[in-house]
Amino acid sequence: MSKTPQYNTDKIWNFLSEIPDPEIPVITIAELGVLRNVELLDNTIIVTITPTYSGCPAMKAFEDDIKSALQHHNIESFEVKTVHSPAWTTDWMTEKARTKLKNFGIAPPIKGTQDKGVLFEQGPKEVQCPQCGSNSTKLVSQFGSTACKALYNCETCKEPFDYFKCI
Amino acid sequence: MTTNEALVKYCLRLGDSSLILGQRMAAWCSNGPVLEEDIALSNIGLDLFGQARTMLTYVGEIEGKGRTENDLAFKRLEREFYNTLLSERPNGHFGDTVVRNLLHSAYTYHLYTALKDSSNETIAAFASKSLKEITYHLRHSAEWVVRLGDGTEESHNKAQVSLNEIWEYTDDLFTMNEVDDLLIKENVAVDLNNIKSLWSNTINEILERATLSRPEDSFMQAGSLNGMHSEVLGHLLAEMQFLPRAYPDANW
Repeated sequence: MSKTPQYNTDKIWNFLSEIPDPEIPVITIAELGVLRNVELLDNTIIVTITPTYSGCPAMKAFEDDIKSALQHHNIESFEVKTVHSPAWTTDWMTEKARTKLKNFGIAPPIKGTQDKGVLFEQGPKEVQCPQCGSNSTKLVSQFGSTACKALYNCETCKEPFDYFKCI
Repeated sequence: MTTNEALVKYCLRLGDSSLILGQRMAAWCSNGPVLEEDIALSNIGLDLFGQARTMLTYVGEIEGKGRTENDLAFKRLEREFYNTLLSERPNGHFGDTVVRNLLHSAYTYHLYTALKDSSNETIAAFASKSLKEITYHLRHSAEWVVRLGDGTEESHNKAQVSLNEIWEYTDDLFTMNEVDDLLIKENVAVDLNNIKSLWSNTINEILERATLSRPEDSFMQAGSLNGMHSEVLGHLLAEMQFLPRAYPDANW
């Protein structure tokens, strides 16, 4: 006779929230805002995630990491569900995650900055260089090493850096 | 035609246009004029593939034939694709690509803005997600069209030729049939005549900044609603579908 396992969704959230982002390992999927919900439905754990960008190649890695973490905790009946609504926004990123990003060398998204003007916007006015702290920086390209980042150059220390762009 | 059949067709239009334009953009990978642009063009392709996946997966669910997103992308023939004629236009040179992308992203920008309020939850979620990405695509192509149009004599002339040559494919974006009639009544789809005037204003504004002249509407192509495409789509599909057709058991 099989025993019905007792799932505690808070506990599951806690260990899932520690999974690092595969591209930016200093922040976790919870801090990033990709991990949305953990719930129990008919004895199945439903984990809801949302992509930062539609084509984000890290989504498969997120899903695989979540699956193996659940299996590691002997949870067999689960489903990882991807939702697109509400659409992910950089506003969900926690303060802690922003500080970690900066220390990692990625300028965090400027909160409240509506970097969303449609045409001919040059991005936010002042993006601080995560290396030297200078505000004298210049946008090189709205598209950087990953879909979620823009490429900047610091005019003071002359180093290029990534900026986590606002969406 | 049932509402479900109309919905399948409508979602194929959205998904196929993203997929085909995405495939065009992917072909720029390692061929960009400078490293930053190579990354930008490939990133745009990646966004479009992501958008296509959402729609094709949904089509697979609602059509009830057990087809996956991969079946739909790799196992259909030209006549079964409903992408806009504009999305399949070849990359040409960099100017051709940014002009095409401007015309297409201004269209999807306004279309998705309207579809955010669709009564169909999947389409509404798709539209609000995709809109954030398309905004960057539109800005990217608009800035380049202005830079080329208002640049040197050579870049201006080339951009004008790109625009003149592709213009005949823009009307197809706004054609409608019984699919639209049915879905507009259900508040699933939107009237493309409204999108056309918004698109037209955006294009006029950018072309003015770019010192380019808007071509006259002469003979305008149409046909994507019935799966009628130009020859170039077959070539694109031959390349895109080669691997899964040659090696049907291939997995990744």
